[in-house]
Amino acid sequence: MQFDIFTLPFNIGLYFILIYAVVRCVRWFSDLSKADKLRLQRGFFGRPFSQSIREIFLESLIHRKILKTNPRLGYMHMSLAFGWFLLILFGTIEADVFGTHHLNAPYKAIFFRFFNPDHGQTPFERSYAFLMDFILAFVLSGLLLAVLKRFSSKIVGMKKTTRLKPLDKIALTSLWLIFPSRLIAESLTCGAYGTGSFLTGTLGSFFASFLPANELAYPFWWLYSISLGTFFVLLPLTRYMHIPTELFLIFARNSGITTGDQPGSYKEIQTYSCSSCGICIDACQLNFSAGITNIQSAYLMKGIRNNTNVSDIAFNCLMCGRCDQKCPVGIELSPIRMIHRRNQENPVQSGKLIDRYFPARLKPVQPKTVPEPSYAWLPEQEVEKADVLYFAGCMTHLTPAIRNSMISILDASGLNYSFMDKDGGICCGRPLMLSGQDKEARELINRNSQIIWKSGAHTIVTSCPICYKVFRESYYLDVEVLHHTEFIQKLIADGSLRLNFMRKRIAYHTPCELGRGSGIYKAPKDVLKHVAQFQETAFEDENGLCCGGSLGNMKISNAQRRAIASDVAAELTKGNPDILATSCPLCKKTLAAVTSVKVADISEIVASAIIDPAEKKKSKDSCRMPDLAVDFKM
Amino acid sequence: MEKFGFAISKGRQIDYDANSRHIAAYISEREPSFRACIECGCCSGTCTTGNFTRFSLREMHILMKRGENKEVHDNIRKCMLCGKCILVCPRGVNTRNVVTLARQAFQIYESNAV
Repeated sequence: MQFDIFTLPFNIGLYFILIYAVVRCVRWFSDLSKADKLRLQRGFFGRPFSQSIREIFLESLIHRKILKTNPRLGYMHMSLAFGWFLLILFGTIEADVFGTHHLNAPYKAIFFRFFNPDHGQTPFERSYAFLMDFILAFVLSGLLLAVLKRFSSKIVGMKKTTRLKPLDKIALTSLWLIFPSRLIAESLTCGAYGTGSFLTGTLGSFFASFLPANELAYPFWWLYSISLGTFFVLLPLTRYMHIPTELFLIFARNSGITTGDQPGSYKEIQTYSCSSCGICIDACQLNFSAGITNIQSAYLMKGIRNNTNVSDIAFNCLMCGRCDQKCPVGIELSPIRMIHRRNQENPVQSGKLIDRYFPARLKPVQPKTVPEPSYAWLPEQEVEKADVLYFAGCMTHLTPAIRNSMISILDASGLNYSFMDKDGGICCGRPLMLSGQDKEARELINRNSQIIWKSGAHTIVTSCPICYKVFRESYYLDVEVLHHTEFIQKLIADGSLRLNFMRKRIAYHTPCELGRGSGIYKAPKDVLKHVAQFQETAFEDENGLCCGGSLGNMKISNAQRRAIASDVAAELTKGNPDILATSCPLCKKTLAAVTSVKVADISEIVASAIIDPAEKKKSKDSCRMPDLAVDFKM
Repeated sequence: MEKFGFAISKGRQIDYDANSRHIAAYISEREPSFRACIECGCCSGTCTTGNFTRFSLREMHILMKRGENKEVHDNIRKCMLCGKCILVCPRGVNTRNVVTLARQAFQIYESNAV
């Protein structure tokens, strides 16, 4: 009978966490909506299954995304996750091949060396022992980085690392203890029996030369077992819950489940999948430009998990979506934040530990006590019939240059258009949504929808990315919604807009709502490349910065906004462009206030490049000299 | 008694002792820039809502500071939070937060009163 009392802590921990994970997954599954359950079932027994397995291997074990963005940090995570996985895998094989029985209990593989101290006599056994030592060394190298990271996060190339709660720290310590205690326990046993490979063997014979190795080994085997057991038992209460949860998340996501706009099981799965790695903290501009370090998504997830009041965190965010792009787990951080903005929860907090760790799951959403509709006073507007409707939006009315440019572009295009909010229309509803007031926003949306329907337009063009996003996502319209950059791109493509080429270098600032928010990256750049020399910056497309003027944040002060804007302007004008272009009136206003470089909207640049109709006749065939454009790039 | 079409008009003095300025206090505690307002009226000048009604954020500011909360309560929900006023404010008042906090304050004090 191969059993020793010291394996008990490990066994208790292991079976506890296995049962806990299964129960938790079943409850999560049963809380999914009916449609999502069906999706998950189809996904699990269908094609997404292999995709999920692949993703689990690449992301949960290899940590490919982190490796790409930050190799050192990626190596740290990979060595711990993948190394530990290999250790378990090859340990199980080792116990099966070299042990006395086949199909052993898990503890026999984990403590294989203890039960088979004289393993490693034949050459084959020796080479296998070498492999095991090698994997252990791999894990330990990552552990070393992890320990160093706690003292100075710069070592792994991070500016900030996540602050932990006490229980996390205990779990972290037990995790750190697992591998060194294994190393010492194995080394001492190997030392006593003269086995082991380059790591355990060498260290073992060194210990055995002056220590009673055989007697000392036993306490270290205990330590190894206890640290494993502690880690497993604490796992559900700490951020390490992400290890089992992430597997579930990957299956759910690949089956096509999305967060939606209401709290639910999938949102909970996502919050538990956050490992508090801190990549979102480094990506956040509020952190590196405005010095706000307690509201990043990692802390939001932590707050939700700990059942604390997160309403301050939820509202203090630019909603720029940079963290969504950077999150290696692929958690839909902004939608989760929006859910918490919508359900502004009551700050009722009981300080009891039990409530914090075992919250009442899926709290019934309390209906907000909202007074009667607030916008009943809005006047009925007269609607002009037109093919194309131009909606400038509130912010564009503050930047008359953009509005006038768009009018001249629309005039030049020769389309039958109507200016929907010529005398100042009503708001599109997005700002209200961003502040969590969907019901009020819906009133405005209905108003605007009516106007659009009545006009009979087939296309609506807007100058403001904020309006653009809400038109596309929250208006149920049967019309084509275009941002003016897309619209101009179309006009250029079908030849109805002829433009000069300007000898100017232009850098482009991607507005958050247009770029990450709506996925429009190409159109603005195509237009710019058509009219001038485009200059790349270090922050293009998904990595674009937020200008700081975002309506998403209610909390930050004017000075903090300026600090963010100054940093952004400084970064984008590093190449000394003649013009800093953008495609959002709000970004334009925010950036123009903090830089000496000319800031202009794409529509302004295009409008200034429109060829005079009189001139157009003169040189009808080739107004744009393509050869010149090529020369200019040099 | 003959009616000549005259009446005694209501008192128009602002009684700071009688008026409760708790709404203004609630806001300035959470949004200190509220105090920076000089009531210049730029916000009202650019206001999207003000384009259709006589809603004026400047007026709201003055009334809240005086403690004449009734009218503020009736009108503050008209704001669409579009954010133009933030951009034009020469004093850097975070007006959207002021409006949101005012709504919040009314909601809190109303539910407490019941």
